[in-house]
Amino acid sequence: MASFNQAGIRPVAISVDSPEVTRDLMRKAGYTFTFLSDPNAEVIRRYDLVHAGAGENGRDIARPAEFLIDATGTVRWINLTENYWVRARPEDVLDKAKLLP
Amino acid sequence: MRRFNWPLWAGFLLTLIAAFSYFAFFVNFPVTRDFPWANLLLFLLAALLVVMGIRRAFARDRAHPTRSKVVASIVTTLSVLVCAFFIFAIFIAGRFLPPSTGAPHVGQKVPEFTLSDANGRQVSLNQLTSEPVDGKAPKGVLLVFYRGWW
Repeated sequence: MASFNQAGIRPVAISVDSPEVTRDLMRKAGYTFTFLSDPNAEVIRRYDLVHAGAGENGRDIARPAEFLIDATGTVRWINLTENYWVRARPEDVLDKAKLLP
Repeated sequence: MRRFNWPLWAGFLLTLIAAFSYFAFFVNFPVTRDFPWANLLLFLLAALLVVMGIRRAFARDRAHPTRSKVVASIVTTLSVLVCAFFIFAIFIAGRFLPPSTGAPHVGQKVPEFTLSDANGRQVSLNQLTSEPVDGKAPKGVLLVFYRGWW
Protein backbone atom coordinates (compact mmCIF):
# COMPACT_ATOMS: atom_id res chain seq x y z
CA MET A 1 0.00 0.00 0.00
CA ALA A 2 2.85 2.38 0.79
CA SER A 3 4.17 1.95 -2.74
CA PHE A 4 0.77 2.89 -4.18
CA ASN A 5 0.76 6.07 -2.08
CA GLN A 6 4.28 6.89 -3.20
CA ALA A 7 3.24 6.43 -6.80
CA GLY A 8 0.36 8.86 -6.19
CA ILE A 9 -2.27 6.18 -6.77
CA ARG A 10 -5.31 5.96 -4.53
CA PRO A 11 -6.63 2.38 -4.32
CA VAL A 12 -10.41 2.23 -3.89
CA ALA A 13 -12.22 -1.07 -3.29
CA ILE A 14 -15.92 -1.36 -4.19
CA SER A 15 -18.38 -4.18 -3.49
CA VAL A 16 -21.99 -4.73 -2.42
CA ASP A 17 -20.87 -5.23 1.18
CA SER A 18 -22.35 -2.84 3.73
CA PRO A 19 -20.07 -0.39 5.59
CA GLU A 20 -20.38 -2.59 8.72
CA VAL A 21 -19.12 -5.70 6.94
CA THR A 22 -16.39 -3.66 5.30
CA ARG A 23 -15.23 -2.21 8.62
CA ASP A 24 -14.95 -5.78 9.90
CA LEU A 25 -12.88 -6.83 6.90
CA MET A 26 -10.64 -3.78 7.18
CA ARG A 27 -10.04 -4.44 10.86
CA LYS A 28 -9.31 -8.15 10.39
CA ALA A 29 -7.03 -7.68 7.40
CA GLY A 30 -5.47 -4.41 8.54
CA TYR A 31 -6.49 -2.51 5.41
CA THR A 32 -6.41 1.28 5.59
CA PHE A 33 -7.29 2.33 2.05
CA THR A 34 -10.73 3.47 0.89
CA PHE A 35 -13.57 0.95 0.75
CA LEU A 36 -16.92 1.95 -0.78
CA SER A 37 -20.32 0.26 -0.42
CA ASP A 38 -22.62 -0.27 -3.38
CA PRO A 39 -25.37 -2.33 -1.69
CA ASN A 40 -27.83 -2.29 -4.60
CA ALA A 41 -25.07 -2.83 -7.16
CA GLU A 42 -26.13 0.40 -8.91
CA VAL A 43 -22.60 1.58 -9.72
CA ILE A 44 -21.59 -2.02 -10.44
CA ARG A 45 -24.43 -2.19 -12.95
CA ARG A 46 -23.44 1.11 -14.53
CA TYR A 47 -19.95 -0.32 -15.07
CA ASP A 48 -21.47 -3.55 -16.48
CA LEU A 49 -19.78 -5.66 -13.83
CA VAL A 50 -22.81 -7.42 -12.39
CA HIS A 51 -22.45 -11.11 -11.66
CA ALA A 52 -26.12 -11.97 -11.22
CA GLY A 53 -27.03 -14.29 -8.37
CA ALA A 54 -23.42 -15.17 -7.57
CA GLY A 55 -23.46 -13.75 -4.06
CA GLU A 56 -24.72 -15.06 -0.76
CA ASN A 57 -28.41 -16.05 -0.98
CA GLY A 58 -28.38 -15.42 -4.72
CA ARG A 59 -27.51 -11.77 -4.35
CA ASP A 60 -26.16 -9.80 -7.32
CA ILE A 61 -22.50 -8.98 -6.79
CA ALA A 62 -19.62 -7.53 -8.78
CA ARG A 63 -17.39 -9.76 -10.90
CA PRO A 64 -13.74 -8.99 -10.10
CA ALA A 65 -12.37 -6.07 -12.15
CA GLU A 66 -9.74 -3.38 -11.79
CA PHE A 67 -9.60 0.00 -13.52
CA LEU A 68 -6.60 2.31 -13.32
CA ILE A 69 -7.92 5.80 -14.04
CA ASP A 70 -5.97 9.03 -14.24
CA ALA A 71 -6.81 12.30 -12.50
CA THR A 72 -9.28 13.24 -15.27
CA GLY A 73 -11.22 10.01 -14.76
CA THR A 74 -10.02 8.42 -18.00
CA VAL A 75 -9.34 4.69 -18.03
CA ARG A 76 -5.66 3.90 -18.62
CA TRP A 77 -5.61 0.19 -17.80
CA ILE A 78 -8.21 -2.52 -17.19
CA ASN A 79 -7.99 -5.98 -15.71
CA LEU A 80 -11.04 -8.12 -16.46
CA THR A 81 -9.76 -11.53 -15.50
CA GLU A 82 -11.21 -14.53 -17.36
CA ASN A 83 -10.79 -16.79 -14.40
CA TYR A 84 -12.02 -15.74 -10.98
CA TRP A 85 -8.99 -17.34 -9.26
CA VAL A 86 -6.42 -15.37 -11.28
CA ARG A 87 -5.93 -11.83 -9.98
CA ALA A 88 -3.81 -8.86 -11.04
CA ARG A 89 -0.70 -8.55 -8.93
CA PRO A 90 0.14 -5.23 -7.22
CA GLU A 91 3.52 -5.10 -9.04
CA ASP A 92 1.79 -5.24 -12.43
CA VAL A 93 -0.54 -2.41 -11.48
CA LEU A 94 2.34 -0.26 -10.18
CA ASP A 95 4.14 -0.79 -13.47
CA LYS A 96 1.11 0.56 -15.32
CA ALA A 97 0.78 3.41 -12.82
CA LYS A 98 4.29 4.62 -13.67
CA LEU A 99 3.05 5.42 -17.17
CA LEU A 100 0.60 8.01 -15.84
CA PRO A 101 1.57 11.69 -16.33
CA MET B 1 0.83 -59.42 5.66
CA ARG B 2 -0.30 -56.24 7.44
CA ARG B 3 -4.04 -55.97 8.08
CA PHE B 4 -4.55 -52.24 7.87
CA ASN B 5 -4.35 -50.79 4.37
CA TRP B 6 -2.58 -47.60 5.38
CA PRO B 7 -1.65 -46.38 1.87
CA LEU B 8 -5.29 -46.39 0.86
CA TRP B 9 -6.40 -44.27 3.79
CA ALA B 10 -3.34 -42.02 3.74
CA GLY B 11 -4.01 -41.40 0.07
CA PHE B 12 -7.63 -40.52 0.75
CA LEU B 13 -6.67 -38.16 3.58
CA LEU B 14 -4.06 -36.49 1.41
CA THR B 15 -6.69 -36.09 -1.32
CA LEU B 16 -8.92 -34.19 1.08
CA ILE B 17 -5.98 -32.07 2.24
CA ALA B 18 -5.01 -31.40 -1.39
CA ALA B 19 -8.47 -30.02 -2.08
CA PHE B 20 -9.19 -28.04 1.08
CA SER B 21 -5.72 -26.56 1.51
CA TYR B 22 -6.19 -24.53 -1.65
CA PHE B 23 -9.17 -22.61 -0.28
CA ALA B 24 -7.80 -22.47 3.27
CA PHE B 25 -4.18 -21.61 2.57
CA PHE B 26 -2.73 -21.56 -0.93
CA VAL B 27 -5.31 -19.10 -2.21
CA ASN B 28 -3.56 -16.37 -0.19
CA PHE B 29 -0.40 -16.45 -2.29
CA PRO B 30 -0.55 -15.42 -5.97
CA VAL B 31 2.18 -17.89 -6.92
CA THR B 32 0.08 -20.85 -5.74
CA ARG B 33 -3.33 -19.33 -6.46
CA ASP B 34 -3.15 -18.37 -10.13
CA PHE B 35 -2.22 -21.92 -11.05
CA PRO B 36 -2.70 -24.46 -8.23
CA TRP B 37 0.51 -26.39 -8.88
CA ALA B 38 1.06 -27.10 -5.15
CA ASN B 39 -2.34 -28.75 -4.88
CA LEU B 40 -1.91 -30.69 -8.10
CA LEU B 41 1.35 -32.05 -6.65
CA LEU B 42 -0.48 -33.11 -3.49
CA PHE B 43 -3.16 -34.81 -5.62
CA LEU B 44 -0.41 -36.66 -7.48
CA LEU B 45 1.15 -37.90 -4.25
CA ALA B 46 -2.28 -38.89 -2.99
CA ALA B 47 -2.96 -40.78 -6.21
CA LEU B 48 0.28 -42.74 -5.83
CA LEU B 49 -0.73 -43.73 -2.30
CA VAL B 50 -4.22 -44.73 -3.41
CA VAL B 51 -2.77 -46.88 -6.18
CA MET B 52 -0.53 -48.57 -3.60
CA GLY B 53 -3.65 -49.12 -1.53
CA ILE B 54 -5.53 -50.67 -4.45
CA ARG B 55 -2.69 -53.06 -5.13
CA ARG B 56 -2.68 -54.09 -1.49
CA ALA B 57 -6.44 -54.56 -1.42
CA PHE B 58 -6.43 -56.71 -4.52
CA ALA B 59 -3.44 -58.81 -3.39
CA ARG B 60 -4.08 -62.49 -2.95
CA ASP B 61 -3.13 -62.74 0.70
CA ARG B 62 -5.76 -60.40 2.17
CA ALA B 63 -7.56 -61.74 5.26
CA HIS B 64 -10.91 -60.52 3.89
CA PRO B 65 -10.44 -60.31 0.11
CA THR B 66 -13.95 -59.19 -0.88
CA ARG B 67 -14.23 -56.58 1.82
CA SER B 68 -10.78 -55.20 1.00
CA LYS B 69 -11.71 -54.79 -2.67
CA VAL B 70 -15.06 -53.16 -1.94
CA VAL B 71 -13.59 -50.70 0.56
CA ALA B 72 -10.68 -49.87 -1.75
CA SER B 73 -13.04 -49.30 -4.67
CA ILE B 74 -15.26 -46.96 -2.68
CA VAL B 75 -12.36 -44.97 -1.23
CA THR B 76 -10.75 -44.68 -4.65
CA THR B 77 -14.00 -43.46 -6.21
CA LEU B 78 -14.40 -40.85 -3.48
CA SER B 79 -10.82 -39.68 -4.02
CA VAL B 80 -11.41 -39.34 -7.74
CA LEU B 81 -14.61 -37.37 -7.08
CA VAL B 82 -12.80 -34.97 -4.72
CA CYS B 83 -10.09 -34.40 -7.30
CA ALA B 84 -12.67 -33.92 -10.06
CA PHE B 85 -14.56 -31.38 -7.94
CA PHE B 86 -11.34 -29.45 -7.38
CA ILE B 87 -10.44 -29.43 -11.07
CA PHE B 88 -13.95 -28.24 -11.90
CA ALA B 89 -14.01 -25.51 -9.24
CA ILE B 90 -10.67 -24.02 -10.24
CA PHE B 91 -10.40 -24.50 -13.98
CA ILE B 92 -14.02 -24.48 -15.09
CA ALA B 93 -16.30 -22.77 -12.57
CA GLY B 94 -13.72 -20.03 -12.08
CA ARG B 95 -14.41 -19.00 -15.66
CA PHE B 96 -18.16 -18.65 -15.15
CA LEU B 97 -17.95 -14.88 -15.28
CA PRO B 98 -20.20 -12.48 -17.21
CA PRO B 99 -18.63 -10.95 -20.36
CA SER B 100 -18.93 -7.34 -19.10
CA THR B 101 -18.56 -6.00 -22.62
CA GLY B 102 -20.20 -2.75 -21.53
CA ALA B 103 -17.50 -1.98 -18.97
CA PRO B 104 -15.46 1.22 -19.54
CA HIS B 105 -12.67 0.75 -22.09
CA VAL B 106 -9.17 2.23 -22.09
CA GLY B 107 -9.46 5.86 -23.18
CA GLN B 108 -13.05 6.26 -21.94
CA LYS B 109 -14.10 8.40 -19.01
CA VAL B 110 -15.58 6.31 -16.24
CA PRO B 111 -19.12 7.05 -15.02
CA GLU B 112 -19.35 9.40 -12.04
CA PHE B 113 -20.69 8.06 -8.78
CA THR B 114 -21.13 8.85 -5.09
CA LEU B 115 -21.00 5.99 -2.59
CA SER B 116 -20.71 5.59 1.14
CA ASP B 117 -17.31 4.69 2.59
CA ALA B 118 -16.72 2.36 5.55
CA ASN B 119 -17.55 5.16 7.99
CA GLY B 120 -20.79 6.10 6.28
CA ARG B 121 -19.32 9.24 4.71
CA GLN B 122 -20.51 9.97 1.16
CA VAL B 123 -17.57 10.04 -1.27
CA SER B 124 -17.71 11.01 -4.94
CA LEU B 125 -15.40 9.86 -7.74
CA ASN B 126 -14.45 13.52 -8.20
CA GLN B 127 -13.21 13.65 -4.60
CA LEU B 128 -11.26 10.43 -5.07
CA THR B 129 -9.40 11.84 -8.07
CA SER B 130 -8.72 15.23 -6.48
CA GLU B 131 -8.20 14.78 -2.71
CA PRO B 132 -4.46 14.59 -1.98
CA VAL B 133 -2.57 11.32 -1.60
CA ASP B 134 0.49 11.63 0.64
CA GLY B 135 0.06 15.42 0.57
CA LYS B 136 0.18 15.61 -3.23
CA ALA B 137 -2.41 15.67 -6.01
CA PRO B 138 -3.25 12.09 -7.01
CA LYS B 139 -1.89 10.78 -10.30
CA GLY B 140 -4.71 8.31 -10.49
CA VAL B 141 -7.16 6.03 -8.78
CA LEU B 142 -7.25 2.25 -8.88
CA LEU B 143 -10.88 1.11 -8.74
CA VAL B 144 -10.94 -2.47 -7.47
CA PHE B 145 -14.34 -4.10 -7.82
CA TYR B 146 -14.53 -7.28 -5.75
CA ARG B 147 -17.14 -9.92 -4.99
CA GLY B 148 -17.48 -9.10 -1.33
CA TRP B 149 -16.44 -10.77 1.89
CA TRP B 150 -18.64 -13.67 2.94
